[in-house]
Amino acid sequence: MIEIRGIHKYYSTEFNKLNVLKGIDLTINEGEFVSIMGSSGSGKSTLLNIAGILDEYDYGDYFLDGTLIKGMSQTKAALLRNEKIGFVFQSFNLLPFKTAKENVALPLYYQKMPREERQELAMKYLERVGLKEWADHYPNQMSGGQQQRVAIARALISKPKVILADEPTGALDSVTSEEVIDLFKQFNEEGVAFVIVTHEQEIANDTSRCIKVKDGLIEN
Amino acid sequence: MGIFDKDKWQEIYGTIKKNKLRTILTALGVFWGVFMLVFLLGMGKGLENGVYRDFGSGARNIMYTWANRTSMPYKGMKPGRRIRMKLDDIEALIAEIPELAEAAPRNFMGSIPVTYKESQENYELRGELTNLKDMVGLMVHQGRYLNQRDIDERRKVVVLGTEVIKLLFGDSTAVGSHVQLRGIDFQVVGVYGPRDIKDWTRDDMESVVIPLTTMDQAFGTNNEIDWLICQPKEGISVAAMEPKVRAVLKKRHKVHPDDKDGIGGFNLEEEFSQVQSLFMGIQLFLWFVGVGTLLAGIIGVSNIMLIIVKERTKEIGIRKAMGATPVSIINMILTESIFITALSGYIGLALGSIIIAGLSYLMVANDINVQKFYNPEVNLGVAVFSLMVLIIAGALAGLAPALHASRINPVEALKDE
Repeated sequence: MIEIRGIHKYYSTEFNKLNVLKGIDLTINEGEFVSIMGSSGSGKSTLLNIAGILDEYDYGDYFLDGTLIKGMSQTKAALLRNEKIGFVFQSFNLLPFKTAKENVALPLYYQKMPREERQELAMKYLERVGLKEWADHYPNQMSGGQQQRVAIARALISKPKVILADEPTGALDSVTSEEVIDLFKQFNEEGVAFVIVTHEQEIANDTSRCIKVKDGLIEN
Repeated sequence: MGIFDKDKWQEIYGTIKKNKLRTILTALGVFWGVFMLVFLLGMGKGLENGVYRDFGSGARNIMYTWANRTSMPYKGMKPGRRIRMKLDDIEALIAEIPELAEAAPRNFMGSIPVTYKESQENYELRGELTNLKDMVGLMVHQGRYLNQRDIDERRKVVVLGTEVIKLLFGDSTAVGSHVQLRGIDFQVVGVYGPRDIKDWTRDDMESVVIPLTTMDQAFGTNNEIDWLICQPKEGISVAAMEPKVRAVLKKRHKVHPDDKDGIGGFNLEEEFSQVQSLFMGIQLFLWFVGVGTLLAGIIGVSNIMLIIVKERTKEIGIRKAMGATPVSIINMILTESIFITALSGYIGLALGSIIIAGLSYLMVANDINVQKFYNPEVNLGVAVFSLMVLIIAGALAGLAPALHASRINPVEALKDE
């Protein structure tokens, strides 16, 4: 599903060139439930961004579902992201001026799905995450846990192959964190792969495999 | 994603609804620009109409010509000789100048006593043919003006000015009754006055008109005329005809061809076209000011859109992560920009037009007569032009911000602070 081969990534500043990823090899299979751990600055977020085609890499190869992701146009990257990947962020990243339902439906807008259909599907997914009654609320009317569940519904609505979650519980208390991970597990059982970047050992323990990143390299 | 994609408009409507203040601020600059453009041009038109109105409603493609004393010796005659034009000059002019369409003469006999029953007043007596009325903008209030039979048969008929009627007749009907001009009996056939009442058209109200031919017969004026209005045929300028008119008259009256006096002339058309070019200049200036204001508004929109895009960096980052292509982002920002500019511009256009129309209406309804200002109006061409400019301007204003938005790096945009 995700095939990363010898990937290097540099960040150039005015004064020096920072080697963030120093040759990463990583394979994530379809339907896997994986966590990535590492201290801040280890390169784990960069790795996730590359996997999500949000960022580019300098050397190596990255195959997503068999497609080589290299020097790709923004348009093609956007279409692939929309089709194959769902994102869950630490700070939820919902659009504040849209209701929960509209937020969930957003990826389908970029698939040019008709509005009625979109809304219907969004309701279905909101129901799945237990927020059917909150469909017409705005993000600032909801708790952090609720917002994250809306974000999860949004990530899943385009039926992606993999969900990339960057510290999804970083802004949540332990109870709601557990709820979020439980939701992840539910959807994982339906075949969606999850890659969760975290620095909480408990969450890593819940996953079937933990990848440890240190100084731009994979340790295990 | 076409222009009429309902989803796109719902997206834009949603964004605008949630950011009312921002949208209003953006719209204000353009609104003001268009409003000023429309208002300035409308007022400029009012000024123009006012000045053109002062030209009266007579013909504008005419020249006046009259006779003076000569200032050069010619063919053995001394300078200072008094020249008088005569009725037969007209026939000669018509015969010799193919460009000339019509020549309308007037002869003044100065102030003469006009008597009706017991009352008597002194009024200016004019001798004319039938064709002067429309050229100088006179209108008939009662009865009729002079006609060809009056001229041909040297009838003793008279047309009285409106003030004459007021003083001599009071409330009783004038047409059909008889008055005495310097003791000679004339039948009143009509009442006339100027079409536009002005300081310099008062004379028209306080004068009486008889056929030139009758004037000669009754008062022995020898068919002399004081001045003549010449009008060229359609499509021919007065300037092309004027030298010929003068040359013919000089020749007939034995005036030296180079004599600056002798035969005088005044080209109204030239005067009029000078005023016309003045207003072209004024209009150009108003456009310059108006378009400048509009431009400032548009640059304002562009600036605000750029700030908005920067403010929306995160939103755009999220949209990109959700699969928004650069084209769809450009499309979104551009459409928003065009929508805001076009709508606010349209409101400015409408309001400007309403105010100008309202002003015009109030002036007419309350009979307000302002010197050099009359009937301000917005012409359709300006309105259509402004709308087209607005749509293009909206696109231009949105272009830089849209391109900026499309280049936003989602990784940077989504970084948590």
